[in-house]
Amino acid sequence: MSSEAKQILTTDGIPLEVSLKKAERKNKVKAFLLVAPLLLFLVITYIFPIGEMFTRSIDDKMITNMLPKTFKEMENWDGQELPPEEVFSAFYYDYKALVEKQEHGKLGQRLNKEKNGFNSTTKRLFRNIKRKKIDESASFKEQMMKVHKNWGKVEYWQAIKRTAPPYTLAKYLKGMDMYYAADGSIAQVDEDRRIHRILWLRTLEIAFFVTLFCFAMGYPIAHLLATLPMKYSNLLMICVLLPFWTSLLVRTASWMILLQQQGVVNDFFVMIGLVADDNRPEMMYNKVGTYVAMTQILLPFMVLPLYSVMKTISPSLMRAGKSLGGTPFVAFWKVYFPLTIPGIGAGCLLVFILAIGYYITPALVGGASGTLISNQIAYHMKTTLDWSFASAMGLMLLTGVLVVYWIYNKLVGVDNIKLG
Amino acid sequence: MSKNPEFVKFDKVDKSYDGKVLVVKDLQLDIAEGEFITMLGPSGSGKTTCLMMLAGFETPTNGEILLDGNIISNIPPHKRGIGMVFQNYALFPHMTVYENLAFPLRVRKVEKGEIDKKVDKALSMVSLNGFESRMPAQLSGGQQQRVAVARALVFDPAVVLMDEPLGALDKNLRESMQYEIKHIHESIGVTVVYVTHDQSEALTMSNRIAVFNDGKVQQLSDPAELYEKPVNSFVAEFIGENNTFNGEVSDIDKDKCKVKLGNAEILANPISVKSKGEKTTVSLRPERALINPTDKMDNMFTGKIEEVIYHGDHTRVRLDLLGSSEFILKVPNSTSNLELKVKEDINIGWNSVDARALDPK
Repeated sequence: MSSEAKQILTTDGIPLEVSLKKAERKNKVKAFLLVAPLLLFLVITYIFPIGEMFTRSIDDKMITNMLPKTFKEMENWDGQELPPEEVFSAFYYDYKALVEKQEHGKLGQRLNKEKNGFNSTTKRLFRNIKRKKIDESASFKEQMMKVHKNWGKVEYWQAIKRTAPPYTLAKYLKGMDMYYAADGSIAQVDEDRRIHRILWLRTLEIAFFVTLFCFAMGYPIAHLLATLPMKYSNLLMICVLLPFWTSLLVRTASWMILLQQQGVVNDFFVMIGLVADDNRPEMMYNKVGTYVAMTQILLPFMVLPLYSVMKTISPSLMRAGKSLGGTPFVAFWKVYFPLTIPGIGAGCLLVFILAIGYYITPALVGGASGTLISNQIAYHMKTTLDWSFASAMGLMLLTGVLVVYWIYNKLVGVDNIKLG
Repeated sequence: MSKNPEFVKFDKVDKSYDGKVLVVKDLQLDIAEGEFITMLGPSGSGKTTCLMMLAGFETPTNGEILLDGNIISNIPPHKRGIGMVFQNYALFPHMTVYENLAFPLRVRKVEKGEIDKKVDKALSMVSLNGFESRMPAQLSGGQQQRVAVARALVFDPAVVLMDEPLGALDKNLRESMQYEIKHIHESIGVTVVYVTHDQSEALTMSNRIAVFNDGKVQQLSDPAELYEKPVNSFVAEFIGENNTFNGEVSDIDKDKCKVKLGNAEILANPISVKSKGEKTTVSLRPERALINPTDKMDNMFTGKIEEVIYHGDHTRVRLDLLGSSEFILKVPNSTSNLELKVKEDINIGWNSVDARALDPK
């Protein structure tokens, strides 16, 4: 009975669902064609680069491809004591092949990152091969140990073995001030050399406080915008949007003019007698400068979603709250505020995500405290050319953003976000 | 307990928003305890402004508003204890029906058991038991409206204000809600101030109606009197349908006057005309003019049928009469219905008592 009821036929006897699909197919194709350019654009400019970044960040195939024979022999080595003759011989032939291709230098540098002293160790071997001092019919193990005493140390061989897998998480560990110790366990960098963790925390701290300040300042502005009559609110809206029309660098530079010790703001404070002339407070090249400049720059991203949500809240709701006996505060807190949460969520998420990746402004006005994780990424992209490390940190940043998004989704629900 | 006839009192209230135009002019209005009073008027007539002043969302520019003898002009809305039903209901969309109703009780720190009891009582009053956990968005327009009414009544306010509460409902629902609100009012005896621009709503529900126009109360009386005896041509025009003749008083005595309309003369009831030569607008309800009158009526004329419109329970007939082609007749649809044909002549008559000579338009 129920199955009969489910199968509804059209007048022509075709099942209704089939007929409906057929009728809607054309629309679906049209809709897909309309989004296709954007989809393609996103795949090319977003998904593909992120995939590329990811593979680059974990890629460690270089040595794997340079020492194929060695790693094959090493499979039978337990890694506890010096490797057997076969491993030495395999390494020798691999290295000889590299010398012929003139790629031995790269190997030395790469291995030196794994274990200090490897560069000179391999260079000594290189010179011996060049001068044909190695007798290929005798034991390689003894000859190599004679060339450099490090060949007789098990740590060096362990270091080579660690580089065997084609993929590694070492860059990620480095981003968290950790590394693979000689025995393959994860160890912490010495306390005085831990730089990245400080940067992560500083980045989060600045992003958090900038979001907080933006919220504290943006909420009343958005409320005013939503409740003022049109002719005033338009003017105010232009003021809010003005920063968007000015170059980021110009704005940052003007903050430098305003905030420096001999700057406009300090001059004003001295003029009204708030501070002594010889005791001007430093408002730049520290966190104060970063907070002030970033809050100003990111404020529109908080105001706009809040405004669009507040605009939809009927003023009669607040009135209802008051007429039912709620004090203005109760009416605000119990009625108005809960209704703005979607806007608060959208604004905070937007500002936080933008703030977490900021680097020009903090670098210019933040001084030593303005180095954030993004500066570090840029530094490795441009200066050290360690792209895989930069990629790893970029992905860690992305993961951080996704975690924030996930937490937000748990707390507020992404479906509740309103961007306008 | 005797009822206070001046429970709510507007005393010489003026209101201006911009300092140039008076939206409410010298409003003098007394509302008795337990009364259902309607402020009726076209949009922009100042009726909603009056309501907002009573609720406390607007302050009078001049004059005082008194509630039970106390001046309330300086009391903020949340301390007035006046319930209000808003035009778009203003239900809190993030709260359930229960939470909406409990809101006024919670802010008054009523204890939990009491809240449950009162919410339950209020919901049964609007027959919405079992809807406690619904969100407002899950309710139909009529149900939302009932929740809004229940919420305005749940904390036992002395006065309930309703600002065009039925405006968003469809016609049938609106009519049934009218009766429902009327019955609620009768059963709990709360004072209701109701604002609407729909005259039939006002006529069905109210004890008294204040007709607003141009910031002033034009007439304040019970529905029957308002309809039967409008005191000026605005009220006559605004309430119900109306045939008008513009003319000049040619003769007047105590309860009758002659009004000259171009080439004819009719007898009318002098309401706001005092002397000969005054301009006047005579107002006559369409149902007071009879076709082929059998009794002797003091106004008897012949007109030509211009248009016949069938309305189900009655037929509207438009006549060319006394130089006006806008004269409307309402003929009830009974079995003894007359055959009315366009372009035919027809005799009609009315009593001079029903033809009220009012101020000229």
